[in-house]
Amino acid sequence: MIYLDNAATTAVCDEAVKAANEGFECFGNPSSLHGAGLKAENIIRNARGEIARALGVKDKEITFTSCATESSNTVIFGAAKAGGKRRKKIITTTIEHPSVAEPIKALEEHGFEVVRVSPDENGVITPEMITSQVDKNTLLVSVMHANNETGYILPVQQIFKAVKRISPETLTHCDCVQSFMKLPFKAKDIGADFISISGHKLHAPKGIGALYIKSGVHLPSFILGGGQEGGMRSGTENVALINAFAAAVGKLSPIVVQRYETVSALKSKLALALSGKEGIRIHSGEDCSPYVISIGVERIKSETMLHFLESRDIYVSSGSACSKGKKSGVLSELRIPDRYLDSTIRVSLCAENTAEDIDAFAAALLEGQANLAKMK
Amino acid sequence: MKEIILCKYGEIALKGLNRSTFESVMQKNIKQRLKELGEISYSRSQSTLYVEPEESVDIDEVIDRLRKVYGIVKLCRAKKVDKSMEGVLSEETTEYLREALENAKTFKVNAKRSDKHFPLKSPEICREMGHVICERFPHLTVDVHEPDVTVIVEIRETNAFVHAGAIEGAGGIPIGTSGRALLLLSGGIDSPVAGCMIAKRGATVQAVHFEAPPYTSERARQKVERLAEIMAGYCGDIKFHCVPFTKIQEAIRDSCKEEYFTIIMRRLMMEIAVKIAEKEDCQCLVTGESLGQVASQTMYAMVCTDAVSTLPVFRPCIGMDKSEIVEISRKIDTFETSIEPYEDCCTVFTPKHPKTRPTLADVEKEQGRFDFSEMVETAVNNTNTYYIKNS
Repeated sequence: MIYLDNAATTAVCDEAVKAANEGFECFGNPSSLHGAGLKAENIIRNARGEIARALGVKDKEITFTSCATESSNTVIFGAAKAGGKRRKKIITTTIEHPSVAEPIKALEEHGFEVVRVSPDENGVITPEMITSQVDKNTLLVSVMHANNETGYILPVQQIFKAVKRISPETLTHCDCVQSFMKLPFKAKDIGADFISISGHKLHAPKGIGALYIKSGVHLPSFILGGGQEGGMRSGTENVALINAFAAAVGKLSPIVVQRYETVSALKSKLALALSGKEGIRIHSGEDCSPYVISIGVERIKSETMLHFLESRDIYVSSGSACSKGKKSGVLSELRIPDRYLDSTIRVSLCAENTAEDIDAFAAALLEGQANLAKMK
Repeated sequence: MKEIILCKYGEIALKGLNRSTFESVMQKNIKQRLKELGEISYSRSQSTLYVEPEESVDIDEVIDRLRKVYGIVKLCRAKKVDKSMEGVLSEETTEYLREALENAKTFKVNAKRSDKHFPLKSPEICREMGHVICERFPHLTVDVHEPDVTVIVEIRETNAFVHAGAIEGAGGIPIGTSGRALLLLSGGIDSPVAGCMIAKRGATVQAVHFEAPPYTSERARQKVERLAEIMAGYCGDIKFHCVPFTKIQEAIRDSCKEEYFTIIMRRLMMEIAVKIAEKEDCQCLVTGESLGQVASQTMYAMVCTDAVSTLPVFRPCIGMDKSEIVEISRKIDTFETSIEPYEDCCTVFTPKHPKTRPTLADVEKEQGRFDFSEMVETAVNNTNTYYIKNS
């Protein structure tokens, strides 16, 4: 199997499997006062430290959640609850993941003013396009770091810095699901008050995510109960998955740059293999994350190409897997030409992919292009 | 507490000399649907089939399944008592009705005395029963026009039965009394409805599905299998034929004019379906078409598709609006599955401007550009056939 759908989810690495098993064996409730509880608590403490180090933040600034969707929902609804009486404006982009776009839409239905900044004709969002919208009435600015469909990297550092200069009270949130442990960065490079990250995109299991909350920033909690996670998210901690998440981060953190270079080389190789081919367009340019490559094959429906590649044991995604075949609004927002909107597939890499994988994929793609029935 | 279920049939009772055949087919169907639920005994008398589960059997599940058996018009979940006024009026009987009566404000009693030798006449039975209920449930008042609960006392051949009203059954006539039908099952909203409608009139339903990987996906086929699984709750186990259709679609695409794609595709599907139907000894084809719904469902298009069928093509939804079809699909619980968004009839091949008024001569001429006969034969031979059971 050649797996090129790493933006949807990744294979769980051995380190994470081992760490999860440790967590299962250490079955005590971290809140219990006895030794078994303490053991579990220590696992979580160490895990929190690992992830905090990777982001370059304090341990207490990390809250474990069930997934990045939960992290982002916590921020968006929490911000509305904390400051939504005085400030009613939310600024975001038209290319966010649904885990951010949908909760914001829900707030819009409850009377919040939402400004969704759309990329310009080159598919670019500049810091000015965001900051020109910010005023004293702005509650929250939520902008993703790397887009999940094309890998497009947004200038989040300039955006969030400028936002704080204009309105220090405005909260800032960054969805870093497709960039954490892929692009080399620390939280201070992003400069947001909140950062959402997810385990299963970086070789940890599904069902575990985290939220960075900058210390000093107040965010009300929605899940009340035993007061776990500093009262931010009650509920007995998932020791095994937290440990697995940390193990994956611990493995990748020292080699993020090295992996980035490996993946960049794979992307260049793919670009070369497909360059000059009639009817094929790589939408993800040089300035995009090398981990996500959006490719249009004129007049071949995405789903058809996907299933054709599947028959060659190669797994990619059409648009974004989260939308299960729905036409991607994000692609048209990113100014991908209309004729490719129905015929774009997403290849997403990890450093475990090889040059042979890329060769096999390119060959199969061209074979499919030559043989599959075309849309008129 | 042991209960009994009275399955009442409507139309079968009018079947004259064939009646006992219909009854025994229905009893066989019921036994088949209930067999894994445990020890259940069956008997028949006076236009009623009695289903009497042992106490260990989940009676709610029995009722759920019986509600999907065609041929049953009404179901009564009742208490079986001695055929005497002592039995009918006993504490035990009114206790049985407690749940229904406690949640009501008004009630009335109906009596049906099919055994005319019973000493009390119907109005007398009602009066006595009403009196006892008023005494034991003092919060109730009698309302003979719009009662919250109607208590029914049935005096029958061997026993008396007391219950608090009937549940609607699936209606129709028993499956297996009208022949075999082959349904063209696409995965949309209409075809499962058409299948259940024909089954309701006594047909045994088999299904044929056309798949065209990589233009249609594994998920699309699984979706159709799930639909068949839901239908099997009504139709019994469904013999499912999955036809590989990719080569034919590509050939249509390569050889014929775009505006004729759909109509030629449907003709070839029909041709394959007829061959399978003949092998399976089916007497008709069934489709979910509704007149004028889309370009291939105009009368002109149907003339062209039916021309290749040597069997009658039944279209139970032909005169129905989409909203009416949706209503039935919600009732039989296929709607939510039908609207899952996977490609079914390969939109890659859907023409932008299909012919809505094709003539048979033009279509035949267009289809004549390529000899499909060998491909059709291959598709039939490579058809994958298996049974889909209700889970």
